[in-house]
Amino acid sequence: MLSLLRTMWAVFLHTFHRRVTVQYPEQKAYLAPRYRGRIILSRDPDGGERCVACNLCAVVCPVDCIALQATEDEHGRRFPEWFRINFSRCIFCGFCEDACPTYAIQLTPDVEMGEYHRQNMVYEKEHLMIDGPGKYPGYNFWRTSGVKIGGKDKGEAEHEAPVTDLRTLMP
Amino acid sequence: MTSPYPIAMIVGLLIVVLSVASGLIWLERRLLALWQDRYGPNRVGPFGMLQVVADMIKIFAKEDWIPPFADKAVFVLAPAIIVATVLMTFAVLPIAPGVIVTDLNVGLLFFLAMSSLGVYSVALAGWSSDNKYSLLGGLRAAAQMISYEVFMGLSLMGVVVLAGSFDLVKIIEAQRRMWFVIPQCLGFVLFLIAGIAETRRLPFDLPESESELVAGYHSEYSGMKFGMFFVGEYLGVALISALIAVLFFGGWLGPWLPPIVWFLIKMFCFICFFVLLRASLPRPRFDQLMSWAWKLMLPLALVNILITGAVVLVFR
Repeated sequence: MLSLLRTMWAVFLHTFHRRVTVQYPEQKAYLAPRYRGRIILSRDPDGGERCVACNLCAVVCPVDCIALQATEDEHGRRFPEWFRINFSRCIFCGFCEDACPTYAIQLTPDVEMGEYHRQNMVYEKEHLMIDGPGKYPGYNFWRTSGVKIGGKDKGEAEHEAPVTDLRTLMP
Repeated sequence: MTSPYPIAMIVGLLIVVLSVASGLIWLERRLLALWQDRYGPNRVGPFGMLQVVADMIKIFAKEDWIPPFADKAVFVLAPAIIVATVLMTFAVLPIAPGVIVTDLNVGLLFFLAMSSLGVYSVALAGWSSDNKYSLLGGLRAAAQMISYEVFMGLSLMGVVVLAGSFDLVKIIEAQRRMWFVIPQCLGFVLFLIAGIAETRRLPFDLPESESELVAGYHSEYSGMKFGMFFVGEYLGVALISALIAVLFFGGWLGPWLPPIVWFLIKMFCFICFFVLLRASLPRPRFDQLMSWAWKLMLPLALVNILITGAVVLVFR
């Protein structure tokens, strides 16, 4: 009996505790910066697209929700002709972000993606592209990679030694 | 002796009591939430008060389906019995000096009789649903209510001995010097526990045990019939709170506030206490419940009467 009274008193003291409800939509829950929410495609610091349509994200995706088609522009730079993510399948695991070699695809702490029609849950490239570099500012893949594209020859990338001509190494 | 305007009293009482029962829907949800560190309904109106209206609309609009395998007449009768008996008991409750529908001189006995009739409603509901779980719920309810009724009557005998009458108005009058909770503290506790069991509230809500028996004896009910059980339960809570206030805490007696305010304050405190019980206590097993009633509460009730009778005999 005494334990019952003690329980009732303890519960009664909860009148003076703060309530833990987050009154959505007036208040929003705190999401950490690395929270795996909505997927975006980011750009270089120079404004060009980061995505090189390598298909690594589509391959690693456990539920096959990413689809894309690669193409090249006149400078030899690869980019996706179209890029589609089906968010009704996406499980927000973040494997695509880990697999991407250019920091193009990223997960952001935005979870407000409710739609009335399932067709609106398929995001195309224009819905996924953002204008900034996202979570990784200052990284430009094309400047650091060794690929020869328009404007940059072999041996001209950052941190790259110039090309040695083997024929001039003769003793 | 009845009041001079019986029809007005009856209508007024019905309106007040039904408003209290529907207000209890809101109050219980908000209080339970308060004690569980969350908000209750707070979107619908100011502080969620229009939630009651929303619930009413929902209950009225629900399909009122009678299962084809159920015993139709009894199925429809069961919720009506519980509401009718509880509302009839409100007729003998003194709310303020002179404000009572009928001042029966066996008012307390009338209340005990009506609560005994209430057992029929649950047993019939469980039986007529023709469903294993409803039947189990109905049987548990009948057994529980009958067992706890035995010592409910006995616990009130102490009050009757001290007041010298079954008339509720005379019982209040007899508390002018001292509220009966002080000499009858054991009787108060016993009546409180019996009252909780009679209205099938937590911790004695095994008959409807939401997590164990689907919904127990009222699982086959929908729409307004379910609403009747629901409202009947809240009416029962209001009734037992009012009776505790009248029998043990002096009813409308109090220093400088008007008597009806005192009555409402006391009733409100006990209603909140009922909700606190629901928020805090776990449910006992059915055999624990029954053995408690017969092996602990009944002897205590008899001891209470023994001591009260002895003291009154010696000192008068």
